Amino acid sequence: MLALLITGLMAIVLAAFLLGSPTLARFRGRRKRRVENAPHAFDPGRERRAEQRARQLLRSCVNDVEWAMYRDLGFIRVDGQALPDSPLDEDAPPPYAYLIYPHKPLVAYVPESGRLLSEYCVEFPDLAGGGRTRLPASDDVLAKWMALTSDEARVIGRANMHLVGRQHDPGHVRRDIWRLSEWERLGAGGIGARAA
Amino acid sequence: MREDERALIDEFRRQLDEGMWAAVPTERPGSGRREAQMVRDYADIPPEAQRVIFFPRASGG
Repeated sequence: MLALLITGLMAIVLAAFLLGSPTLARFRGRRKRRVENAPHAFDPGRERRAEQRARQLLRSCVNDVEWAMYRDLGFIRVDGQALPDSPLDEDAPPPYAYLIYPHKPLVAYVPESGRLLSEYCVEFPDLAGGGRTRLPASDDVLAKWMALTSDEARVIGRANMHLVGRQHDPGHVRRDIWRLSEWERLGAGGIGARAA
Repeated sequence: MREDERALIDEFRRQLDEGMWAAVPTERPGSGRREAQMVRDYADIPPEAQRVIFFPRASGG
């Protein structure tokens, strides 16, 4: 009985030895192919450098007040275009404005009353690839800023509109509007009066 | 010079063909207000433009 058991164990060890190398090689080969085919692994350093470059680009495009707003509050306000039936008066307060958040929907609201109008879900997918599916945060803000200030109707036409509350917390947005008014009242982050 | 411009035009078209939008950051004289001007054709780029920024087209999220 003991002899049979020892013989059986030896057979298993021998089989493992004979089959081991090629089996292991096949396994390693599969693993190597999986690694080669896998998307780029998340690299915190690369992401941080991309975000730094994006912040520099954003800063070079928006004005000082908008940049300070983003730096201090984490979002940028963009005035809406004049309504089609309203006279064009650059000194008049804008009838509505947008808050641009990174990787969140645009929020439209009435600056005079603070009333929330709607949120516009819009995405700018990262077409460059490199393992990323979405732009760095500041690139996302820049894309929204460029799209809104250059062709508001087109970007809003492509967005999905919802009442505020689908992705944004309305209480949070109202608090941001209050933070913005306080920030402007206290000197807009040291920039002075808000640029037109 | 003509070859350089041809290369710029080709690159501009390539970016748009790949699904990008192109815009030029501008500043309104006197007001300090900055905005972007969308350009759909190379000829639309203002001559005084220092750069053109390409960014992905918007889609509903």
